Amino acid sequence: MSWTKEEMADEVIAMFHNDCSVNLGIGIPTLIAERIPQKKNIMIHSENGVLGVSGRPNKSSVSPTLINAGKETIAIAKGASFFDSSLSFGMIRGGHIDFCVLGGMQVDCEGNLANWMIPGAKVTGMGGAMDLVHGSKEVIIMMTHLTKKNTPKLLKLCSLPFTGKSVVHKVVTDMGVFKPHNGKFTIIKLAPNIDKVILQMNDLLN
Amino acid sequence: MGNSKIYSNAKSALFDIKSGQSIMSGGFGLCGIAENCIDALTKIDVKDLTIISNNIGNSGRGLVKILIQDKIKKAYCSYVGGNPDLEKRMLDQSIEVELIPQGTFSERIRAAGLGIRAFYTPTGYGTLIAEGKDVKEFDKPCILEEALHADFAIIKAQKADLYGNLWFKETARNFSPLMAMAAQTTIVEVEELVDLGDISPEDIHLPGLFVQRVFVGSNYKNDIEFLKLEDKS
Repeated sequence: MSWTKEEMADEVIAMFHNDCSVNLGIGIPTLIAERIPQKKNIMIHSENGVLGVSGRPNKSSVSPTLINAGKETIAIAKGASFFDSSLSFGMIRGGHIDFCVLGGMQVDCEGNLANWMIPGAKVTGMGGAMDLVHGSKEVIIMMTHLTKKNTPKLLKLCSLPFTGKSVVHKVVTDMGVFKPHNGKFTIIKLAPNIDKVILQMNDLLN
Repeated sequence: MGNSKIYSNAKSALFDIKSGQSIMSGGFGLCGIAENCIDALTKIDVKDLTIISNNIGNSGRGLVKILIQDKIKKAYCSYVGGNPDLEKRMLDQSIEVELIPQGTFSERIRAAGLGIRAFYTPTGYGTLIAEGKDVKEFDKPCILEEALHADFAIIKAQKADLYGNLWFKETARNFSPLMAMAAQTTIVEVEELVDLGDISPEDIHLPGLFVQRVFVGSNYKNDIEFLKLEDKS
């Protein structure tokens, strides 16, 4: 049985050590902000200029000028700070952010990531992803295991343009947790009742 | 200290913008955009503008208003997701778009304002972004990125004093102070104009040295793109 998005988020959260700093990308990763246990004392960074995101606001505290990088309204924790985009990306590029969690279209066993365009068909732009994959101490990709056509997104080599070259540390899908290693993927954990056949990664596994 | 920087409205503050010029526009999505300046641009007879802005508007709002008037010739931005009007024009090549990684985008603007001509960064190495750029090996391979200047910046701050010292609210700051430093002429619209000294010197986010024109805006929509509230269940 595959993991739900919430269970995937909890798998990622389990990788975070206490008192760390985390940047969350647009899409599934934002779910993490709402599920992190307070006792872990984690500072969530959003690259539009805030450190200390704490989930969602209520009706009385919601503010149009208080948003995350997905342009969604947020709440902040005590001890939060605001800053401009240059300082925000300095935190990233300077190696001060412990983890970033991004969505992905493809990840390959060299640790290459593709998540910003499909040539001729779709361009979202890279936003902050190209900076995040080079600056964060650990890069975690969170995505569904299969495309809509039921082919795996974990590949020998990404066919889409790279967001970063050799940058991915771990991939969390709805079927398991994987690590690109020595030109293949190592299985760290599988979701319940998922086996190697379902993964469709035959010769890509260590 | 006189009031020489204070203008009455967006139209008067944007009096000398001409076709073919470059304009930096602050804001992240719709958060912190210069709503009055953008509305004024829709009514000014200009074309072939170069616009430097993270999103070039979103969801049919913000800079999309002048995009659909075909006033933009070239756009520099980092993210076009959520902006179907721009994505469509980009794919059919009716507008030239340079996509820049967001951290490189903000740093190129900051560099322009602070006299740095270029810098090396690992961001974008091994991707399409690196094509044609100088590569140098430090602790890891880095690419050379150059400063990004503009003729004008149009930004919004919550508060300005009569010298143009600025104070931004929450995450509305984003690219705006960087753009103010990088542009030849910086035009700021504010919700509140206060006397000198009313913003404590310790609390000034951008010194007025970088600001040439200020006016008090009106009819702010301050749109929320995605309203998400806490789940009470």
